[in-house]
Amino acid sequence: MMYDFLIAPFVEFDFMRRALVGALALSLGAGPIGVFLMLRRMSLVGDAMAHAILPGAAIGYLFAGLSLGFMTMGGLIAGFVVALLAGFVTRVTVLKEDASLASFYLLSLAGGVTIVSLKGSNVDLLHVLFGSVLALDDPTLILLAGSATVTLVFLALIYRPLVLECVDPGYLRSVSKSGALVHLGFLVVVVLNLVAGFHALGTLLAVGLIMLPAIAARFWTENVGGMIGVATLIGIVSSAAGILVSYHAGLPTGPTIILAAGSLYILSIILGARNGLLWPALPRRHLEG
Amino acid sequence: MNEISGSAIQFTNVTLGYDRRPAVHHLSGAFAAGSLTAVVGPNGAGKSTLLKGIVGALCPLDGQISLGEKARIAYLPQAAAIDQSFPIAVEDLVAMGLWRRSGVLGGISKADRHRIADAISAVGLEGFEDRALSTLSGGQMQRALFARLLLQDAPVILLDEPFTAIDTKTARDLLDLVQRWHTEKRTVIAVLHDMTIVKEVFPEALLIARGPVAWGPTQDVLTPENLLIARRMIEAHSPDAHECTRAA
Repeated sequence: MMYDFLIAPFVEFDFMRRALVGALALSLGAGPIGVFLMLRRMSLVGDAMAHAILPGAAIGYLFAGLSLGFMTMGGLIAGFVVALLAGFVTRVTVLKEDASLASFYLLSLAGGVTIVSLKGSNVDLLHVLFGSVLALDDPTLILLAGSATVTLVFLALIYRPLVLECVDPGYLRSVSKSGALVHLGFLVVVVLNLVAGFHALGTLLAVGLIMLPAIAARFWTENVGGMIGVATLIGIVSSAAGILVSYHAGLPTGPTIILAAGSLYILSIILGARNGLLWPALPRRHLEG
Repeated sequence: MNEISGSAIQFTNVTLGYDRRPAVHHLSGAFAAGSLTAVVGPNGAGKSTLLKGIVGALCPLDGQISLGEKARIAYLPQAAAIDQSFPIAVEDLVAMGLWRRSGVLGGISKADRHRIADAISAVGLEGFEDRALSTLSGGQMQRALFARLLLQDAPVILLDEPFTAIDTKTARDLLDLVQRWHTEKRTVIAVLHDMTIVKEVFPEALLIARGPVAWGPTQDVLTPENLLIARRMIEAHSPDAHECTRAA
């Protein structure tokens, strides 16, 4: 019974194994990226940037159809351009970063959908918007694994200044010139993870596997390393659970993965060991000192 | 610390400000190496602006600020823009004071661990090593930041209102550290409002009110006449201000 539910689908079907491997690779990179986005108060920035990669991927699609290489390059370039443009507009005009990002991502989403519709069918549009985690080929899997590898190594290298830039940017500026470079490098790996997530989950849901586990992890531990571990674990569990439930219940896989992460998020809000809503409601005496 | 002769920070007719409006007008003089100086003056007098000019966060509109050769500066800004909700332990925040030694990738050695423990105990925060920043009170946070300053081991230390909103006992403890830095021949410049502390602890004072009023030994600076001049300072910009004619 357990075997039938948990293991058999993966033994029987190649596409299920590929979906699992792809989603696990995504979760590895997404965990730490999400934690830092959250701690830097950039949760919505990640969302905006996920939309921003659409027109780039769409232009790649216009040239070469559903080609991994073209759509990835297009997505990466569009993501960086929008991140830099939003930063530029924020600096030279009165707009705050959230306002300029919102404008850019709305433009990007509308533009991207229009470009895809110029050439493609509704099926292609659905693929672009919601991904196709059940149709991951070898090159795509390598891209997802490569993105996770680069992300983890790069974050390990810039971990110290990245943390310091979140806690006390003024102090980092006084001891090191690495602040701006670290911020830029961080944006680059964010875009990389969004583009990788785009292939599996689509432009609308890619950010879900990044943010939901990270936000849920905030309710379990008080240190950054622990949070990254918990977020990665929640991502992995959501991926496996989402794929299995979607298989057995006949639901769309990408959204089910995100719903699984969402369920863990809601559980964490209520039951989380740190600041979960349930605990203050329990009758417990306070400590002596 | 080796004794550094001469001045640590020299001002030549410096004007600092924002948007062409001067906040500190035509300041000349020097902080001698190893001196302990209080910068005093009313709100809006340009005290914080002066410190920002020294650390280079603000370029002078006019004139020149020159730092001595060994003038590596540790700077504690007023209400440092620290995200206290960030999940980081006191010990890790204090350890960042070793940045010059450790950099981005360098390890923290056993000797460094001892230094960190010493700094934490010097500010009276033993037992708080693993506490998250979000659980600290204002005074405890200031103690932690002083521990980080200790580890920075800089010859020049700038403090912007370090004792504001802090109880007497904490202020006393931190003042002891300031005096220790003075005996170690470091140059310490602190922006302060509490005249009792200034008179008691700081041998030198600089009184400013959008321009220098007096600079020298504290008892000569904090005279009733000087303080009256400072109080008469006009804070608001004049809307029809002309270009300044006091040539450089």
